[in-house]
Amino acid sequence: MSILIDEDTTFIVQGITGREAVNLTRECLDYGSKIVGGVTPGRKGREVHGVPVFDTVEQVVEHNGGRVPDGSVVTVPPAFTKDAVLEAIENGIKLVVIVTERIPRRDVAQMVELAGMRGARIIGPNCLGLVVPGVAKMGGIGGPARNTAQAYQTGSVGVMSRSGGMTTEISSTLTAAGLGVSTAISIGGDAIIGSTYAELMPLYEADEQTEAIVIYTEPGGRMEAQLAEWRIENDSRLPIVAFMAGRFMDDEEMKGMSFGHAGTIVEGKEDTATEKIARLESAGIPVVERIDAIPDAVKQQLSSPRNES
Amino acid sequence: MRFYEYESRRLVEAAGIPVTDYGFAQTAEEARKIAQEIGGPTVIKSQVLSGGRMKAGGVQFADTPDEAARHAEAILQLEIGGHMPRGVLVDPKAQVKQEYYASVVWDGTAKKPLLLFSDMGGVDIEEVAEHHPEHVGRGHFSNLLPFSDFQAKQVIAAAGVTGRELTRLTPILARLAGLFQDRDMTLAEINPLAQLEDGSFVALDAHMEMEDEARPRQKAVLAELGIADDDVREVHEPSPFETKVGAVDAADHRGVIQGKDTGFHGNLGLVIGAGGGSLTLTDAVRSHGGDPANYSEIGGNPSVAKACGLAKAVLEKDGVEKLAVMMSIVSNTRVDIVARGVIKACLELGKEPSETIAIFRIPGAWEEEGFKILERYGIDYCDRSISMHEAARRAVASFQEDPAEAEAEAARP
Repeated sequence: MSILIDEDTTFIVQGITGREAVNLTRECLDYGSKIVGGVTPGRKGREVHGVPVFDTVEQVVEHNGGRVPDGSVVTVPPAFTKDAVLEAIENGIKLVVIVTERIPRRDVAQMVELAGMRGARIIGPNCLGLVVPGVAKMGGIGGPARNTAQAYQTGSVGVMSRSGGMTTEISSTLTAAGLGVSTAISIGGDAIIGSTYAELMPLYEADEQTEAIVIYTEPGGRMEAQLAEWRIENDSRLPIVAFMAGRFMDDEEMKGMSFGHAGTIVEGKEDTATEKIARLESAGIPVVERIDAIPDAVKQQLSSPRNES
Repeated sequence: MRFYEYESRRLVEAAGIPVTDYGFAQTAEEARKIAQEIGGPTVIKSQVLSGGRMKAGGVQFADTPDEAARHAEAILQLEIGGHMPRGVLVDPKAQVKQEYYASVVWDGTAKKPLLLFSDMGGVDIEEVAEHHPEHVGRGHFSNLLPFSDFQAKQVIAAAGVTGRELTRLTPILARLAGLFQDRDMTLAEINPLAQLEDGSFVALDAHMEMEDEARPRQKAVLAELGIADDDVREVHEPSPFETKVGAVDAADHRGVIQGKDTGFHGNLGLVIGAGGGSLTLTDAVRSHGGDPANYSEIGGNPSVAKACGLAKAVLEKDGVEKLAVMMSIVSNTRVDIVARGVIKACLELGKEPSETIAIFRIPGAWEEEGFKILERYGIDYCDRSISMHEAARRAVASFQEDPAEAEAEAARP
């Protein structure tokens, strides 16, 4: 099994005629994903790697005999993203992956609020999407199908990461160590995102294939604190191992500077790497110092009986 | 981006929140004139983008226009937190009965704006929240539904305020919430929000920050305040290195490069990527005792010229002896293009690539082609079987004269 997507998942690409979108369409099709249409306003009638292009999401649904696709990958410029996401949700789509970065927070918050009202889920923005190794991928995660296959092999570890590139680096390390990946999600690097670690945990919890979780974290925001709280409040069967990047940002000189991602900025004490590591560890989530230490930490967690509860 | 206090006050005023009859001056003479017009005791406040003005002597009280001019003269030359003031604000000294606090910030967990209010204003709100939680009211509000007055009333009442104060404060908080949303703020704070002896309320100080990503659609507001597009208001003034890398990035639309060296003073130049990879690698170099000369990010498949430009900017920095070229596994950026770029940079600066590039660790797209080029130049490279931390260790170890000793040194915990 997997979470969010499987071999039957159908999705569309909004902004499909853009350079990046053309590439990710090719990559997803090659990997076995089912892309049932694309949308770029004014480009109806074209094709992108055999995928028909429409002016509106409504037209895609009509073209598919009234069947609403399961998901949408949105790769339109920041000024048009909110409209595209609202269009997807109001046409009944339940899973929206937003690739676009530099979207103002107010727009993101509006999209997320509407998704909550309509029972839809947003992944991102500023993310590369998600992949179920050997089954399907939704977004540019892992790159061309051949590269994705090399880095991601089926296994037991769920991966969530605020960095798209590090999702692949960590998954590749887990693959090389023989643990493999169940579902890997690039959750996005912005200050406000559609789905946080804690919000995705119940899905992994319900997925039999997943036996452990690895998260990639950074300074900035309260997402890690939220996960620590979730972990304390819930009797989860899943051990979690964390990696924290950006420890250098704790230096006083770096305060107020943003590195890596828009959401990665130390503004208050709670934002620092030191503070987050302490919170995670006090919730029973070990934080490793090296990517190559992750597989052993996962194995150790899997072999040790749960004794913290 | 952060606004100066005089700009923040204009934004507050435009939103319909009462402010004092202040003036902005850039010379002592202008300050004197404003004080004359005010015609009573005044407060002279440094207009600088950093906190701690009061402590640094950037806020002074004056009884006469002459005194106001003297204070303005001194404050205009006073550097605070590494910043020179843009001017001074001349404010009538208010007869304050009580100080309140009001702000709106984003709550990333709730994914909604959070309205905060306290009847203990003029001090740090975090301290009030810690020591007097019953004096702080808070409430989230929707991004889709329009803000309604009851939401402000709830927050005010939660701080224990009632009577005429509650009814007078309600429209002020409602307008602050509207300002936060309409102007794409990340922080909209009035502290203190003062109640004067006559019972009326005014914003005595305001701190506003707008989201950078929203600047394009807030152009009209920014233009009205006289803020130019290139007035980016970074926490630090950009260094020569940062300016140089910015120019290289702007000259070519393919891919993205970024470079920062504020706070970095070392001898190992970093040509690294992408976002998360750069954070991880900077930590990794430091964990092995290395001293980075800079931070950088490569992403989105840059051209040879761009990779070359970044590497050259790093190599030209004072004290840089070697480069470490490292990234997490790439799927979009091409290994061979980055390899070509960094080699070209060495050659153009008359440096031997094999001695200058301490390590090249970029696995992924087009790696076979890239590794072939690196081999031709005798550059030490590695693939994904070598971890990012091990690559960083090798880069640091390359600085030791005796390789065997260096290995032993680096292996020590």
